[in-house]
Amino acid sequence: MKILVGIKRVVDYNVRIRVLSDGSGVDTDGVKMSVNPFDEIALEEALRIKEAGNADEVIVVSAGGDECQQQLRTGLAMGADRAIQIQSSEALQPLSVARAFLKIIEREDPGLVIFGKQAIDDDNSQTGQMLAALWDRPQATFASKMVVNGSSATVTREVDAGLETVEVDLPAVVTVDLRLNEPRFVKLPDIMKAKRKPLDVVALDELGVTVEGNIEVGNHAPPPQREKGVMVEDAAQLITELKNRGLL
Amino acid sequence: MSRILIIAEHDGQSLNISTAKCVSCAQAIGGDIDIAVIGSGADAVAAEAAALDSVTKVIVVDAEHLEAPVAANWAAEAVALAADYSHVIGPSTTMGRDLMPRIAALAGVNQISDIMEVNGPDSFKRPIYAGNAIVDVSAPAGSTVVATVRAASWKAAGSSGGAAVEQRAASSSAATHTRYIGLESGGSERPDLQSASKVVSGGRGVGSEDGFQVIYQLADKLGAAVGASRAAVDAGYCANDMQVGQTGKIISPDLYMAFGISGAIQHVTGIKDAGTIVAVNKDSEAPIFEIADIGLAGDLFSVIADLDELLG
Ligand SMILES: Cc1cc2nc3c(=O)[nH]c(=O)nc-3n(C[C@H](O)[C@H](O)[C@H](O)COP(=O)(O)OP(=O)(O)OC[C@H]3O[C@@H](n4cnc5c(N)ncnc54)[C@H](O)[C@@H]3O)c2cc1C
Repeated sequence: MKILVGIKRVVDYNVRIRVLSDGSGVDTDGVKMSVNPFDEIALEEALRIKEAGNADEVIVVSAGGDECQQQLRTGLAMGADRAIQIQSSEALQPLSVARAFLKIIEREDPGLVIFGKQAIDDDNSQTGQMLAALWDRPQATFASKMVVNGSSATVTREVDAGLETVEVDLPAVVTVDLRLNEPRFVKLPDIMKAKRKPLDVVALDELGVTVEGNIEVGNHAPPPQREKGVMVEDAAQLITELKNRGLL
Repeated sequence: MSRILIIAEHDGQSLNISTAKCVSCAQAIGGDIDIAVIGSGADAVAAEAAALDSVTKVIVVDAEHLEAPVAANWAAEAVALAADYSHVIGPSTTMGRDLMPRIAALAGVNQISDIMEVNGPDSFKRPIYAGNAIVDVSAPAGSTVVATVRAASWKAAGSSGGAAVEQRAASSSAATHTRYIGLESGGSERPDLQSASKVVSGGRGVGSEDGFQVIYQLADKLGAAVGASRAAVDAGYCANDMQVGQTGKIISPDLYMAFGISGAIQHVTGIKDAGTIVAVNKDSEAPIFEIADIGLAGDLFSVIADLDELLG
């Protein structure tokens, strides 16, 4: 069985985001870029499934400009066998990404496709679900535990009300939550080895995908600031403050 | 004029409050508002939905295989209804985030996630980068708007309406590729974290599962729900479903009290809409104090002990 893992290049989660003064976007100039943290967890899970003997090959796939090859190389260094870049000069929205992944699926015939549950830039949380719909296959989102048993997988999902368990037939799409695993660290020799692993580039239009129906993204603004608060000395003052606000 | 369909969230017994918040968002969009209750034997839910203000019609799609909210099954029904509507919206809870993109893809449109404000019928504000930027987005003209509504940004609509309830036969059969096994919930007697007016939260500073007992006691005294930071959840001090933040719950209680939480952006994004934020942290430089309305630099255990005594 092959496993496809979606990887997105995003601003590192430690970076403090600054909105550009002309409202055209956020400042990404000279900012540290990383693999979306949820996608690292997705890849880690794929590698563990392979290491347990339940998969033969792990392929990392990213849609974007050539700069996303850097993140694909990180994926290869973590242990993926090969990488595919879906080349697109414009930033793609989830529906286009899902359509492109469907084309890759037709070529590769994977048993599992694993994504992060959301990307920490757009916070959309859509791509995996959209792919499952277009592919007419099951989806198990927000996974905090997964067990592959032959032709199906049992997935525990972190939902608002607690932990939900579903069983899905393979092939299936799984999106992963933070508590699924802790991704391994990349070691230097692995980075060297990753340079020799195959990384195929395929243009979006070669796949026959045209971008259409985009959501138009307009002005960016910083979030409204909360007013400056007060500091109190002790519990008694805290209670007074709460009473003054009618909260006690 | 817009025709808006809201996909109700429920557990078969009662309507989740996020649905009433979607109604408020729909009111801001303006137009005819219908609610779809997809489920099995969910009559009580339909009655609750029909009582929500400014709802024209509740459409009940009832079939055994629709009992659990399996996205593949629910999306098939929602898409069958969608043709009559300009907007199909649902809450940005885990249920809505699972379901709505599946609907959007089947309808062949991109989805708008987490509407926090309505600019116009097809134009909205939504947060990106964990709420560190707010962006204006517009759906392309003439296409169905499929969207999730950021519950914390909206007040629940009132319940003095009386909409018609209409039964509709399920249009699809069960997806055999997905089997719902079950739900294991914390089963707490405390108020629900997502709708409580007061929340008491603990972080890594609480130190242990035992330490969390004082958080629970204070919460019970205040009639509050209990939340936690990711660090507290990961350390096993409390259950997963208590996590507040970018990847946990986004909440907007009147009062949020954070004990031993440093104030990482991923946590703060979950509480930005709270009325009053109280922070107790022994480190007076902790970033949580930058957003707190009332801050107290000190040991959380002695502060809670004092509160306990003073509140009687
Ligand atoms: C992709 C991603 C998503 C994330 N999503 C979330 C999320 O949804 N929610 C979330 O919370 N985090 C999330 N995080 C994690 C986040 O970055 C922080 O690591 C986390 O919020 C820290 O939790 P904390 O404040 O409890 O712990 P710490 O940062 O360790 O802070 C503990 C605080 O307790 C104080 N303290 C210690 N002892 C005491 C005492 N006796 N009395 C008073 N104060 C004391 C310390 O001074 C310190 O400020 C996410 C991270 C990533 C990368």
